[in-house]
Order: sequence, then structure tokens, then C-alpha cells
Amino acid sequence: MELILIFFSAAIVNNFVLAYFLGICPFIGVSGKISSAFSMGLATTFVMVITSVVTWLIYHLILVPNGLEFLQYVSFILVIASLVQFVEMVIKKVSQPLYRALGIFLPLITTNCAILGLALFIVLKEYTFIQGIFYGVGAGAGFTLAITIMAGIREELDLADVPKPFQGAPITLLVAGILALAFMGFAGLISV
Amino acid sequence: MKTKATLSQEYVKGLWDQNPVFKQVLGMCPTLAVTVSAINGIAMALATTFVLVFSSLIISIIRKLIPTQVRIAAYILIIATFVTLVDLVMKAQFPELSKSLGPYIPLIVVNCLILGRQEAFSSKNGVGRSVLDALGMGTGFLGALFVLGGIREILGTRTLLGFQVLPDFYEPWLIMILPAGAFLTLGLLMGFSNAYIAKKKNKERETLREKYLKPKSPTVNAQEA
Repeated sequence: MELILIFFSAAIVNNFVLAYFLGICPFIGVSGKISSAFSMGLATTFVMVITSVVTWLIYHLILVPNGLEFLQYVSFILVIASLVQFVEMVIKKVSQPLYRALGIFLPLITTNCAILGLALFIVLKEYTFIQGIFYGVGAGAGFTLAITIMAGIREELDLADVPKPFQGAPITLLVAGILALAFMGFAGLISV
Repeated sequence: MKTKATLSQEYVKGLWDQNPVFKQVLGMCPTLAVTVSAINGIAMALATTFVLVFSSLIISIIRKLIPTQVRIAAYILIIATFVTLVDLVMKAQFPELSKSLGPYIPLIVVNCLILGRQEAFSSKNGVGRSVLDALGMGTGFLGALFVLGGIREILGTRTLLGFQVLPDFYEPWLIMILPAGAFLTLGLLMGFSNAYIAKKKNKERETLREKYLKPKSPTVNAQEA
């Protein structure tokens, strides 16, 4: 039960994009079309889950026993960067269609703050190994949800008559603000 | 025929022409997340500027030693080292501030503004120019975060930097200090600044046209007729 709560807390109540402002760059940059937004979400979720596993292991099995907690930022970002590279190579080898679908988005994920944020939040909230994995899956699902909704709205917006100075980033931010308002309705639903 | 910009231009361009937040839309995560109050915005911008200036310094010094294939990894390592420094200093000297900024200090590592400047500028320019460029970008970032944090603090809590500026009968807009307020404020600010620039450019074009085309306009009209 607790695990399900953690999942929904990360996915909806404390949505990474709309409540914590993590992953705003891809959220604004890659939310032009539903199909590419959804692929980006899936790729990010994939990396998030692996990241939560690997960084948890590194933090609790290597850094803490040796008293090296201050190295966490350096080691986490290094792990994430090499992980993204590794995932890219594996996907290329295993599944060509998937690689073609996700290809260009994978390198972008390294600088997605949501990934490093996830690793840091797992340390901050002192989750156990299993809880960390559920948190990672939830955060990924929340990111996918937010970026797909956003892409859906933006596809409609293309046909709308937006005042010229507000085209592009400003209108995207305003829409995100209204989305964040909607997601605020979930606040207090779960308190984890 | 691209001439090299003067040193002062390297600094000034970050203030407005290439303002990281309003023009380049870089470094949005911290911009939106920490600007609940003006003081948070200032602290965040100063921390970011520190990291930006010192990583620009180091990277522009060793830019010829870094192999191109692994340059991004090398940049991120250098940036992460300075972020760790800032984080430890802030935890020791300003525990309150460090607590209210939470995980967003370590997240400076992945701030696209910093990596972007290294990739676009420091890896191609000398030490002096890179540091000036970093200082300019940092100042522009500070200005943007202060404005955003200030507006949200005034409308959301009636105060600016902790001093009350709006009278008591004003009902604080709670929305401004919630996540939605950040998106809305920045979206509106960007839109209005775009509108202002477009208006100014139009006016300049009008004056130019009047200056050069007015004497000829009767003949043009006659031909058209």
C-alpha cells in the first residue's frame, strides 16, 4: 500500500514538472508533437528507473560506508551521464525501431534536471531500495503524463490565434501555469 | 566580416540582449522553483554566478587539453566540483537559506545555462573574455531572478525582502507563491517584454522610413496611381 502511495505521490500530487519544476527544458523544448513528447517521456522514465537503482546502490554501498557523502553530486552526475550513453548503446544493439524512435532524445536526458533531482530526492527522503524504485517509476510516469498533456494542448494551440509577442515560450509557460493550477487540485490527496 | 566584440560588449550582452532567462530561455528549473521570494532569487543567482564564473575560468584555461569527444563529461565534472563547494559553504554559513533552496543548489550542476555557456563560449574563447561573458550572464540571471522573485513576493505576501510594501487591506494572492504563479508570472513577463521590444523596433523602423523615404513618397504615390 505504501509503495502505491509513493507512486501516486510522485506521479500526480508532487508532479516533477508541475510542482517541482524539474525537467522544464524538455517540457518546453520537446512538447511540440504528441508522438515525440510521448517517446521522450518513455525514454526519461526508462533512465529514471535505472538511475534510481544505480544511484541508490552507489550511495548506500560505496559513499556512505566510506564517509564520502560530499562526493554525491559528482558521482551521481557521472553515473547518469555514462548510464545514458550505455542505455543508448544497448538500445541501438537490441532494438533498431526503438532506437530510431528514441535516438535523438537520449543524449538530451543527461542534462534533464529531473534525473539528477530524482537521485537527490531519494537520498533526501531516505527511501529504501524498493521505495526508491517505485518513486522513480512514479516520477517517470508523472513526467510522461505532463509532457504528453502539454503536447496535446500545443498541437491545438497551433491553430489558435495567439498574440504575436506571446507565441512560443510565453504561451507555453502560461499553459503550464494553468496545468499546474489543475494539478494543485490533487494536493492533500496523499501526504507522503 | 565578423569583427570581434569589445571586452565591454562581452559583459553587457548578458544583461539584456542575450539575457539567459528572457531571451535564451535557459536555466528555467531554478528560475521557476526558487523565486518564491526576492532573497531566494538573489541567493540562487549568486550561487549560479559563482559556479559559472569559476567553471568558465577553468575551462577556458584548459580548453585545448580536453579531447572533444569527452568534453561534455569533463565540463560537467568541473561544474559539479564547484557546485559541491558552493553547497558546503552555504550549509556552513547560511543554513537557513540553504534549507529553503533545498535540492535546487545541487541541481545547479544540470542548469543548462552553465553547460550552455561552456559549450558555446568558454571552449572557444580566451580566459578574459570567458570570465567577462560569465559575469555578464550571471548579472543578467540575477536581474531576472530578482524581478521574478520580487513580483511574486510582493503580490503573494505583501513584502519585498521581508519589508512590508503593500498596505494591509490588500489581500495577498496565495497563487503567486505556489508553483502555478511561477509559470504565469514568467509567461506574462516574457510576453510583455517581447511586445515592448517589437513596439520599439517598429518605432525605429518608422523613424528611419520617415527620415529617408518621406521626400520621395509623392512620386511613389504618383506611380502607383
